Amino acid sequence: MATSTTKALAGDEPPGRSPRTGGERTARRRGALLHRLDIKGAPYAFVAPFFVVFAAFSFYPLVYTSWISLHDVELATLDVMEWVAFDNYVELWGDSRFWNALRNTITIGVISTVPQLMMALGLAHLLNYRMRASLFFRVASLVPYATSVAAAALVFTMIFERDFGMINWALGTVGIDPVNWEADKWPAQAAISTIVIWRWTGYNALLYLAAMQAIPADRYEAASLDGASRWQQFTHVTVPGIRSTIVFTIVLSTIGATQLFGEPLIFGQGPNGITGGADNQYQTLGLLLYEEGWKNYQMGRSATVAWAMFMLLVLVFVAQRLIKRLRSRTS
Amino acid sequence: MGSLGSLRTRAVAAVAAAGALALVVGCSSSDDSVTGGGKEDGKTTITMGLYGVMGIKETGLLEQYEKENPDVDIKAEIAGDEQTYYTALQTRLAAGKGLKDIQGIEIGRAKEITETQADKFADFSEMSGTDHFLPWKESQISTEDGKVLGLGTDIGPMAVCYRKDYFEKAGLPTDREEVAKLWEGDWKKYVEVGRTFKKDFKGDDVAYMDAASGLFNAMVYGYPEQYYNDKGELIHDTNPAVKEAWNLAADAAEDELTAKLRQFQPGWDPGLANGTFATAVCPAWMLSHISEKAGAANKGKWDVAKAPKGANWGGSFLGVVEQSPVKEEAKKLVAWLTAPEQQAHIFKEIGNIPSSLQALESADVKSAKSEYFSDAPIGQIFGAAAQEIPDKQVLGRKDGTIKDTFSQGLALIEQQGTSRDEAWDTTAERIQKAVG
Repeated sequence: MATSTTKALAGDEPPGRSPRTGGERTARRRGALLHRLDIKGAPYAFVAPFFVVFAAFSFYPLVYTSWISLHDVELATLDVMEWVAFDNYVELWGDSRFWNALRNTITIGVISTVPQLMMALGLAHLLNYRMRASLFFRVASLVPYATSVAAAALVFTMIFERDFGMINWALGTVGIDPVNWEADKWPAQAAISTIVIWRWTGYNALLYLAAMQAIPADRYEAASLDGASRWQQFTHVTVPGIRSTIVFTIVLSTIGATQLFGEPLIFGQGPNGITGGADNQYQTLGLLLYEEGWKNYQMGRSATVAWAMFMLLVLVFVAQRLIKRLRSRTS
Repeated sequence: MGSLGSLRTRAVAAVAAAGALALVVGCSSSDDSVTGGGKEDGKTTITMGLYGVMGIKETGLLEQYEKENPDVDIKAEIAGDEQTYYTALQTRLAAGKGLKDIQGIEIGRAKEITETQADKFADFSEMSGTDHFLPWKESQISTEDGKVLGLGTDIGPMAVCYRKDYFEKAGLPTDREEVAKLWEGDWKKYVEVGRTFKKDFKGDDVAYMDAASGLFNAMVYGYPEQYYNDKGELIHDTNPAVKEAWNLAADAAEDELTAKLRQFQPGWDPGLANGTFATAVCPAWMLSHISEKAGAANKGKWDVAKAPKGANWGGSFLGVVEQSPVKEEAKKLVAWLTAPEQQAHIFKEIGNIPSSLQALESADVKSAKSEYFSDAPIGQIFGAAAQEIPDKQVLGRKDGTIKDTFSQGLALIEQQGTSRDEAWDTTAERIQKAVG
């Protein structure tokens, strides 16, 4: 701020008031130029490293992936590329595995994201109360997030094991037949969602909690003076108060759900992990990408799936903006 | 923002970009050894990439070599399952980075390596003292112009492992000679015994065999041509041998003779430990897995009987990477590791059957017995089975992937209750995708 004021002052100085030599004038002009460059350019120079790294590790791979997706390429011989234009995309459109993976991604996404955010909201509400050892509970709720996907998925795989898993054993004690968690479609998707929910609920709860603590206490006071119950306070004060955070977590979870990969891969174990079960019953788009690239070694087709996933996210984003605009126009 | 301003910022950004790029490029060019191996202060370091239980490290051979050659230091990295290992190997071969001096090659990948990666592996054809292998073994890892890309470790002759105590409970004979007679000469008889077992077994939930895919593999690998003919064309959907194996495995699955497990995956191990199945078609290298996972509690309950027909399932090679800085030393190590004495040693320790003819014929191997498997004369059983392996075995580029896809197809029948025709069509479609 201070510098720009000086600059403004310097600029305001009326020209030709005091006679000066030409050399003095150019030196002054050069000084002003450097000065302006410093002010206008410096911020860009400071943010440049991020964008350079972004260009090298995100933008370039993105463009290169699209280039690969227009070719027939095998993993072992990456330098031999055969131009096929949009054949890979046409083939993907007609491939039942793609639509199956898309459906699975959506269903697993819904049954993992919806309960996860609901539970996070409830958990955050509880953690927001004054209570003993609140710090302990807050840290504890973040522990699953800090666990690696591999470790979590491996433990859950053992818990969900058909013959000797803990859950089937527990079901057995109350007389329920064992469930084939891996081989049956919906149990498998539910099991994978459980891993996702377990890992991310605490993280989202903490985000909600931080937003809740920013809500001024007098709003609650006012609400209780008006005779609002706890539940009414929650729905009419808390939820509207953290609306932007909720939108943020929905966006994050949607992106996460679209890219779901590690959990089903480890849950399936070995060949079944890559294909998402013998019947592809829990193969997500991420797994399909992996199968094409690292089991079939077809990098062109793999890159096509990657681009389809990217376009899907763009599509969801555009749809969301359109709905928002329509709603603001009608209201 | 004026246009002049944006021009300037572009200039600044460009300079910053160039600087950052220089940093990135600078980092990547400082690699001293591509394989991690090399020579320093008179000491030679050799790195190895292996998978599963190849027995090389497990039986102390590497330490023995280091003791005999004090100036050699060996670092072996062992991946759990071969599929993961091979995927990583493919990526590394393509990138030319992260390879080890010595890499294990599984038989299902041999053809792909000889066809597409021959220039990346060192040639063993000129090496002396490497003519002791079974005649068909080395031809599998040779290119058309005579380059030999590796030396054989083990082979996979087949037998049937069975639980004596369960056979007794089902009123079946328990003696290995009599058991072998039950199914002599025909895999159909093996499945027939399974039907008897299912009918007569008194006791808890015990399946006859672990997985339909085991039976399928055993049958398919008994034929000279499997998924490819010798012209390199795919014949997986027309080869009568494949169809026959598929139908018999589907019979076993539909009659619920299997424990519906997936071999080498987590559910299989507790299945072994808790004895949820009575038999498993077992290539020689599977013995070490069974004895380890079934554990001491089941010692003496298992036995080994001759399989209905000979077949070769699995087996590996050791190759040396061409760009290795210690190529000659690595080749010497491979030759030593695959020499008859060392192969016999591995066999005695963990049961992997030698691919060296000389080792197979040694008295040590012939007289070997397995304490864990009720003192079964495994040297004799597998040695005889090795003689039955077809002399010519046609390998194909995608053998490994096709095998896995068929296993999954059979799991569709076993676990999802899909009809066998539908599962066959699905499998054929998937293979079409997988081979490109």
